[in-house]
Amino acid sequence: MQVPILKQGPYLIASIQSALSDEDLVQLRDALVAQVGKLRSRGVIVDVTVLDVMDSFATRTLCDIAHMIRLRGAEMVIVGIQPEVAFALVRLGLKLEGVSTALDLEEGILYLDRKMIDSGKEMSIRER
Amino acid sequence: MEGFHNLPPRNRGEGTEEVFVPIKSDRDIIIARQRGKELAASIGFSSTDLTLIATAISELSRNIVIYAKSGGITMKPLRQGGRKGIRVVAQDEGPGIPDVSRALQDGFSTSRSLGLGLPGVRRLMDAFELVSEVNRGTTVTVRKWATPEGG
Repeated sequence: MQVPILKQGPYLIASIQSALSDEDLVQLRDALVAQVGKLRSRGVIVDVTVLDVMDSFATRTLCDIAHMIRLRGAEMVIVGIQPEVAFALVRLGLKLEGVSTALDLEEGILYLDRKMIDSGKEMSIRER
Repeated sequence: MEGFHNLPPRNRGEGTEEVFVPIKSDRDIIIARQRGKELAASIGFSSTDLTLIATAISELSRNIVIYAKSGGITMKPLRQGGRKGIRVVAQDEGPGIPDVSRALQDGFSTSRSLGLGLPGVRRLMDAFELVSEVNRGTTVTVRKWATPEGG
């Protein structure tokens, strides 16, 4: 099942709707990395609220996506990791290193907004 | 051994059937973990345990898809004294694991490369057994016991 990707201002929101197969995850990766360029997005939010299982493949793919998005010049944040899933990830020893997370969609947008303001400031300082 | 002792205990009612899910593609991984979750829920596991069990099943079935191409997951409710639990057997007739102790070492596979993740599975479950023979196949058996209410 394909993950719908919505454009919301400067951000892309990928809202996962059901359990994803490995193929779906790879498709999501390719779509996001392409869309971020096509729509000149500044940030990406991947909402995993409905995922009741995140195994090593899913986690690794999400990490890959986050790093690829950063290499494309945007920021990514994963939102909605459920408490049980967080526990399983810790047990598995998967740390999502270098990947930003936020509680939910609202927090994710706030996080990206803050990032944008920070980077905007940096730019205006450099311009002076 | 006395034949009598080899007979399985007589079980009545729900929770006695085995669930078998053939694993041939990545889609089957989702089916296996969903069926496992359902079975574990019917046994009475907590929602945290359901996630741990489903995650373990996901890892084990992924190993089958990656290394052996095909195999199966068999799940069965357990009852021992007053305890309830689940047993999950992941079986394939793939290439086998040449160095089992290395496969069970942390960092050998979980970090970057695909698959295995056996040390992680071990930490998700209560008991873990691995039998592997090169060119014959691999069988991983894991068990988890439900924590009694308030325990």
